[in-house]
Amino acid sequence: MTARIGVVTFPGTLDDRDTQRAVRVAGAEAVPLWHRDKDLKQVDAVVLPGGFSYGDYLRAGAISRFSPVMESVIEQAKAGMPVLGICNGFQVLTETHLLPGAMLRNNHLHFICRDQKLRVETNSTAWTADYEAGQEISIPLKNIDGRYVADERTLDLLEAEGRVAFRYLDVNPNGSLRDIAGITNEAGNVVGLMPHPEHAVEPLVGTGRTDGLGFFTSILKNLVGAR
Amino acid sequence: MARVVVDVMLKPEILDPQGQAVQRALPRLGFQGISDVRQGKRFELEVDGPVDDAALARIHELAETFLANTVIEDFVVKVEEPAVEAK
Repeated sequence: MTARIGVVTFPGTLDDRDTQRAVRVAGAEAVPLWHRDKDLKQVDAVVLPGGFSYGDYLRAGAISRFSPVMESVIEQAKAGMPVLGICNGFQVLTETHLLPGAMLRNNHLHFICRDQKLRVETNSTAWTADYEAGQEISIPLKNIDGRYVADERTLDLLEAEGRVAFRYLDVNPNGSLRDIAGITNEAGNVVGLMPHPEHAVEPLVGTGRTDGLGFFTSILKNLVGAR
Repeated sequence: MARVVVDVMLKPEILDPQGQAVQRALPRLGFQGISDVRQGKRFELEVDGPVDDAALARIHELAETFLANTVIEDFVVKVEEPAVEAK
C-alpha cells in the first residue's frame, strides 16, 4: 500500500489539481480534502496548495485558518503529521502559527510569475530528504504577498536552528528578509515555501525540469520508510 | 446598539510599500509637505446590547486573534460615541 497524501481545497484554491497530480506522479495516492470537512480521511500527510483562499480577504490565509479542516490539520501537525504549505498554503501556516513570521505584500507591489532559483538549505525535513543540502533548484514563483517577515530574534533563531529551508538565489523577488523562500518547524514535519514545486514535476510543462518532484518523493519515502 | 471601532496598523518597524506608494503620488497631485504615509485597516463593529467590560474583552480577543496578526500588526479598540440624531 502506498502513502495517502491529502490535498486541501478551500474556496479560491487554484493549485489543488496540480498538487494532486504531483502526488500521483511521485507514486502516492492523492486524497482530496474539503475545507468544511474536519475529516482528514486517514491521510498520512497533508498539502495546503496555492491560490487565493477566501479571496485573501483580511490577510492572505487569515480566514482559511479558522476553517473546519484546519482544526484537524493543526491538531495532527502538532502530533507530527507532515504538512507542506505552498504559496497560499505557506501563508495559512504562518497565520496558524504552526510556522513563525508572516507574509506581506511584495516590496515592489507587483504580482510576479517566473521561474525562480532557490537553494535547498536543509534536507532534514520530511519534505526535502531527497535533495542534497545546498542543492540549487529552479521552480515557478507566482504571488503578490510573498514578502516573508519576522522579528530579528525569530530570524536569528531560524538561522541558528537550521530552519531556513529554502533561500532565493540570484535575486530577492519580493523583499523577503534574509532572502527566505521557505522555512520549517522545529520537528521538520511542517514546511512552508512561496515557490511552487508542484508545477515542476514533469519535463513537458513548467520549467521544463522536474526540480519540484523531490518534495513529493521525499514525503513518500519518509512515510513508506516509517511503516 | 453601539459601535466599536478596531484600527489595525502595521507595526512601525514593518515596511509598508503601499503607504510609500501613496506618499510618492502626493506631490504629483499637488499635495506638498507630507513626509510619510502608513496604510492600515479600520473595522466598524455594530454591537448588540451594552458595550460593557465583558463585551470589550471579547472584542479585544477577536481583534487579537483574527482582525490583526500581532506578528506584524498593532491594533486599538475604541468605543464610538453615538452620533446626535439629526432633527
